[in-house]
Amino acid sequence: MTALSPQLLLRLAALGMLGVVVQTAAISQLPIAGANADLSPLLVMAVGLLCGSLAGGAFGFGVGLFTDVVSLQTLGISSLVLLAVGYGAGRLREARDPEGTLVPLAVGAAATLAFGVGFAVMQFLLGVDAPVSWALLRQLLATLVINALLALPLYALVRRCLHGAMPDDPRRRRRRAYTTGGLSPLSRGPEIRR
Amino acid sequence: MYDKTVRRRRAVLGLLVACSLILLTAYFGESGSGVLHSVQRGTSEILSPVQEGASRALKPVRDLFGWFGDTIAAKGQVEDLRKERDRLRTELAQTEVNSADLDRLSKLFELDGALGIEDLGPQTGRVIFQSATVWYSTIRVDKGAEDGVRVGHPVINEEALIGRVTNVFGGTAQVTLITDTTTKVPVRAGREQAFGIVEPASAGNPTDMVMKFTQPNAKIGVGDRVVTRGTEPEDHAASRYPVGLPVGQVSRIEHEGTDTQEIHVRPYANLRSIDFVQILTRPRGANG
Repeated sequence: MTALSPQLLLRLAALGMLGVVVQTAAISQLPIAGANADLSPLLVMAVGLLCGSLAGGAFGFGVGLFTDVVSLQTLGISSLVLLAVGYGAGRLREARDPEGTLVPLAVGAAATLAFGVGFAVMQFLLGVDAPVSWALLRQLLATLVINALLALPLYALVRRCLHGAMPDDPRRRRRRAYTTGGLSPLSRGPEIRR
Repeated sequence: MYDKTVRRRRAVLGLLVACSLILLTAYFGESGSGVLHSVQRGTSEILSPVQEGASRALKPVRDLFGWFGDTIAAKGQVEDLRKERDRLRTELAQTEVNSADLDRLSKLFELDGALGIEDLGPQTGRVIFQSATVWYSTIRVDKGAEDGVRVGHPVINEEALIGRVTNVFGGTAQVTLITDTTTKVPVRAGREQAFGIVEPASAGNPTDMVMKFTQPNAKIGVGDRVVTRGTEPEDHAASRYPVGLPVGQVSRIEHEGTDTQEIHVRPYANLRSIDFVQILTRPRGANG
């Protein structure tokens, strides 16, 4: 689990605020194939994958709360759903530590789907009396595709923004374990020779 | 050490989930003037200049995307628009005759139906924010209480009615679109101006609305114009929407002629892409 240093907290706060402002002021007004990209689950997914479950969950909660406040939506819905998204992405990193190049794409699509479905379920639980339409499902699918395409560049951008503030990069940690933890043939050389 | 880390992680998770649920319950339970609503409005007002600045700065990017989208959409619309033009030419001839009659009748009965938009105190505003999810069909415009905007004022764009003001701040206002699940607009349609209520057909679909509570024998056909009725259906008091604002066009009718008939309406306004709007600050006219 990554320790939340003050520098990391500052960068996460700035990243979250900037992400929500760009989303609401620009991205939401850019329809692509009848849907919009949604940066929030992608940002939260990226932070979860890079910083772990604690930072991912807290970042998801913060981004969700900020989105609810600026959008004048019911407080608590986005924060609850994004908290689950960030925590899930963080646990994936801690438990599996996936290193494939396309992992952010797959996790980004899963995060978008989880956010879309979770938000819809919350709305229905709160009593929105509108039927689910094919248009809604189509829109969810279109957002999923757009977000999947954006996931890789956005992950790289978030990684760049947080670079230097993350004390424990998964790949660096793995390399360290390999070279110093007795797994490397170099460190096992004397034993092998004997 | 590991146990401590896991315990800490779970404690933080539990705390954040509890915070979300408390916020949700408290927000849902309190009135519009409650503490959380006030904090939300205050924060939103503070952030409005930032959003406005970001919206202006990112306008060229939006325009570029809009240009690509419009070009693709325009190709598909050419044939439909040609047919529409031919139909409107025929209707225009009939309308000119009716218009002369209407002028005389309006004066005779002192109807408010002859109001022009200028009499309704239009305030032109720019859209600075659009809700990120399809569940909240809201936009924010850069006109607010300082410009005479009040809660309930109807909002139009260059095409048709698009919604009503639901929150007002100093220099900005929140507009809930007609496709929001909470919106209901009293309308009339067809040759005999049959009355009904237009509301969204389903969540997340800005191109399909449904006109309900019409008489089964109402003479309404596909292609008929749907305009605001100007009065509320229950008590015939003046509606928040002035009479005669265009809303949309009948696209199809399900269960026609029965008590459960559903008249589907396609809004004239493209609610996915709104740049400028007009808020009618005197919805009852100059004397209202």
